[in-house]
Amino acid sequence: MEFQSKKKHHHHHHPLSPHSSSNPFDILTEEIVCKILDHLHDDPSAIKSFSLTCKSFYSIESRHRVTLRPLRAELLPRTFHRYPFVSHLDLSLCPRVDDPTLNVISSTWKPTLRSINLSRSRFFTNAGLSSLFVNCSGLVEVDLSNATQLTDLAASAIAEAKNLERLSLARCKLITDMGIGCIAVGCRKLKSLCLKWCLRVGDLGVELIALKCKQIQSLDLSYLPITEKCLNSVLQLQHLEDLVLEGCHGIDDDGLSTLEQSCKSLKMINLSNCQNVTHTGLSSLINGTEQLQQIILAYGSSVTSDLAKCLHTYSKLQSIKLDGCIITWSGIKAMACLRAPIKELSFSKCSGLTDDGLSFLVQSHKDLRKLDITCCRKITYTSIDSITSSCTSLISLRMESCSLVSKEAFVLIGERCSFLEELDATDNEIDDKGLKSISRCSKLSILKLGICPNISDEGLAKVGSCCSQLKELDLYRATAVSDAGIAAIADGCPALEMINIAYNDKITDTSLISLSKCWMLKALEIRGCLGVSSIGLSAIAAGCKQLTVLDVKKCFNVNDSGMLPLAQFSQNLKQINLSYCSVTDVGLVALTSLSRLQNMTILHLAGLTPNGLAAALLACRALTKVKLHASFRPLLSQSILGYMEAHGCIFHWRDKAFQKEMDPKGWRLHFGKSGSEVP
Amino acid sequence: MDHKDRFANFSAQNPQKWEDPSVLDYSSRIEPPLQGNPGAQIKFPDPLNELLQASKLQDWDPAAMLNNLSFLEQKIHHLRGLVHSIVGRRDRVSGQAQPYGLVAQQQQLVTADLTSIIVQLISTAGGLLPYVKHTPSTQSATSPSLGQFQPQNGGGGSGGSGVSELQNSVDVSTNEEHESKDEEDGEELGENLFPGTYEILQLEKEEILAPHTHFCTICGKGFKRDANLRMHMRGHGDEYKTPAALAKPNKESSSEPALIKRYSCPFTGCKRNKDHKKFQPLKTILCVKNHYKRTHCDKRYTCSRCNTKKFSVIADLKTHEKHCGKDKWLCSCGTTFSRKDKLFGHIALFQGHTPAIPLDDTKGSTGICDPGDSSEAVNKVGNMDMFNFSSSVDVKGSIDDPAGCFSPLNFETCNFGGFHEIPRQPFDDSESSLAFLLSGSCSYTDKSGED
Repeated sequence: MEFQSKKKHHHHHHPLSPHSSSNPFDILTEEIVCKILDHLHDDPSAIKSFSLTCKSFYSIESRHRVTLRPLRAELLPRTFHRYPFVSHLDLSLCPRVDDPTLNVISSTWKPTLRSINLSRSRFFTNAGLSSLFVNCSGLVEVDLSNATQLTDLAASAIAEAKNLERLSLARCKLITDMGIGCIAVGCRKLKSLCLKWCLRVGDLGVELIALKCKQIQSLDLSYLPITEKCLNSVLQLQHLEDLVLEGCHGIDDDGLSTLEQSCKSLKMINLSNCQNVTHTGLSSLINGTEQLQQIILAYGSSVTSDLAKCLHTYSKLQSIKLDGCIITWSGIKAMACLRAPIKELSFSKCSGLTDDGLSFLVQSHKDLRKLDITCCRKITYTSIDSITSSCTSLISLRMESCSLVSKEAFVLIGERCSFLEELDATDNEIDDKGLKSISRCSKLSILKLGICPNISDEGLAKVGSCCSQLKELDLYRATAVSDAGIAAIADGCPALEMINIAYNDKITDTSLISLSKCWMLKALEIRGCLGVSSIGLSAIAAGCKQLTVLDVKKCFNVNDSGMLPLAQFSQNLKQINLSYCSVTDVGLVALTSLSRLQNMTILHLAGLTPNGLAAALLACRALTKVKLHASFRPLLSQSILGYMEAHGCIFHWRDKAFQKEMDPKGWRLHFGKSGSEVP
Repeated sequence: MDHKDRFANFSAQNPQKWEDPSVLDYSSRIEPPLQGNPGAQIKFPDPLNELLQASKLQDWDPAAMLNNLSFLEQKIHHLRGLVHSIVGRRDRVSGQAQPYGLVAQQQQLVTADLTSIIVQLISTAGGLLPYVKHTPSTQSATSPSLGQFQPQNGGGGSGGSGVSELQNSVDVSTNEEHESKDEEDGEELGENLFPGTYEILQLEKEEILAPHTHFCTICGKGFKRDANLRMHMRGHGDEYKTPAALAKPNKESSSEPALIKRYSCPFTGCKRNKDHKKFQPLKTILCVKNHYKRTHCDKRYTCSRCNTKKFSVIADLKTHEKHCGKDKWLCSCGTTFSRKDKLFGHIALFQGHTPAIPLDDTKGSTGICDPGDSSEAVNKVGNMDMFNFSSSVDVKGSIDDPAGCFSPLNFETCNFGGFHEIPRQPFDDSESSLAFLLSGSCSYTDKSGED
């Protein structure tokens, strides 16, 4: 929210309409204005312009608004009077939320507040939480993830929220069974609880939650030191639908075999990283769960026929994720016999998956919508042939680094799977012919072609002309692409939100000037594009007002003159990487006008001095994370660092030596062709 | 002597024998070496030494000694009066011939009394002997059954190690809560004995509350255990040293069909009373004692640490004191628990109860044992733990805690010199003294280890 400009505008507005009766908007009733506002809920800037139209719109919008996501906690006091009916407060952009702030929030929105997100905020204590929960008794949803400073005292404050239904305490590592016990007793209406990484919570705490909070639907117990002892109680929950037990190493087959309960309502179970659970444990756990729809067994025991047979009775099963598991031929055969029509399969990094197995499997699951075979390095054209001929309604295909798949296979994808919306062909042999074929998928929204050196402007031109719904395009190290291809995309894909054209020396300012037409563009990565300069960047800044993430690392020709237009236009910019650029103190200080800038990486900046850096740091009010070279650490005054840290900014000191850019050929040799994923 | 007669009557009324675990039969305290006591250096002639050796096997009981001494005093006074009257009569009838028979009779009476005094004196002195310095060889030769329990003199550390191991194992069993203690005592309800298949015995209140139930017919000294009495009897002559005399009296009757004995509580209306509709007998005399004290007596022993918990059985107090202050698992209702799972069980059971989070420190609720805990506790003398801390701390604790002074721990380890001035209370540490006897030995060992 940019409140200063709003106010100025408002004052300007007054003299423009001296006769209120002549205001044409006055004929609109408040009801109609609210209806209009409801339609604008996706676009914050539209709401903002709307509210600035006239005085009555402004006041209606003020009263109509229920969700607020303030940019900085300091701006909050201005919102208290303007928005009296806020019910959903998202403070995830405010790194510093201290107890007095929470006190004011809780007294201002006492009757209306239903939801608050403090997952990215620090500096508050149990005292602030106590005032929040005692005052705002209507709170239904609270996100306190990452509050690593909170202790059981905070948990006992949470227990005051009698109406709480959704609570996340992920990474609250100091909270113990005692605190969870308080929450269990106090928050009896809990429906969703996330305790991921609450390392001090064990069986006793979880058991009490299960005994006291009978409404629980979703329970995330990942990485807790729990055993089967608490699961007996958990499985007795009548409404439990989602149960996440990722990385619970205390749970094993022997323990699970003692379970006497079965949870009939369970729809999703996640047993990822549970190395001590095999098919016997799994079958005891999901015994009798007739509603089961999704099962996630990533990085677990190997997929044998026994394991697959466990799943045979579940007729509503839709999704199976087996990422990182060892796949056996018998396991695949048994999976092919599943009664349920599977819609989603994930075999990412399953080294044992072969053409025979995959072909056999997809033939019996023709209804498949999503398939992930990332890094299944044994599969070839044969598999893709089977997949595309069997599963014609495929929506998402992720096949990064399927290195043995030939370029002809991609032609088949385009010909047969015309409903495709997402294709990840990173690090593949796809060429223009394949890309042209894929452009038939008119609903394509996400296309990843990183490290695909065989595609060129010709293929991209076809994509640009056919795939008008494209939102994400990854051309990282797609070195045969040049300005013409990018221009075609910019012309044909107005919905483009994210593009990566990093490490391509054929890209020049022309590309950026073309892309400046994409006014929805939010993320632009042009790392190591040596042909790009401040001119192109200026065009982007002027055209793409939604730009949120910008990475111009190693664009040596980008200098201060590129920063000035950014500072002027890119008011939405949150994250910038300027490492190795020719930016000096002047450019950096100019960027301080970006009131939303949170995350800055500025390693090896050509003309940066400690004084300039200090000035920039002090002026950027919203900074939460700054990556700097370690050599600046002794050069900055301790008081500045202390001030920044007190305002919620975290410094990451890097000690990397200045790297010269490798030429593309050298990079390929260095990482190898079959070479793993994109770094 | 009248009190002697009473003792004799008492033991005649009370033919039942304790059914204690065998380890308790030899549960003579672990006597610490008192090298500083000059009296202990006295050398006795060999035969006497042997005799006294035998009598040392029972507890050295200062109360009994006091009794014995006053008994001696009375007897000597009585004898003096007798001799005095003889002398006076002789003066009055000087010149007259005394009838020979009368003189012989008087002489016989005096001799008998003198003999009694000597026996009593020896027996009383025998109580001191455990504190006499012995060489290990003598000790093992004369009292082999004690050798494993008795710390080697001058080597408290090494001799104590075995003891502390034993102590640990015993400590575990005494570490239970009261309910389970009752079960151990045999008060559990699960016994399926049909009425009539067992013999019901009912002791009277006075018997139950009497500190001793076994009395020496010769000297009147009281004992809690028959085995200890038998050991004591050896000091009264060779006839008590025979295997038959030393054997458990129960074994004789093993040829007869032994009827199971069960006990009734003398309190009318009590479920444990035989007249109750749903009478549930008590298994042993020990159960009777504990049950009676716990259920029908005042709770006169107050915990010196929390000053709230009260007990009628001193062993319960000792057990509680061991854990008092360590109950860090607190419920909102004020109940404390020594174990987290007990607290959570409690909270699961009761509506509205919630774990209480201490306001000042969150450390206590982390569940991680902090090595600093013990040093903190040392500073709070009122809150110290008998088991962990040296006996010197106990002395401080016992100054404002008269009840604590009478625990054998304090007598034996540190408060030895001053016990005469402290008035003896009518109770004694009772049946299950083993636990804290041994914990006393442990703190003693710790101390000498540090020295």
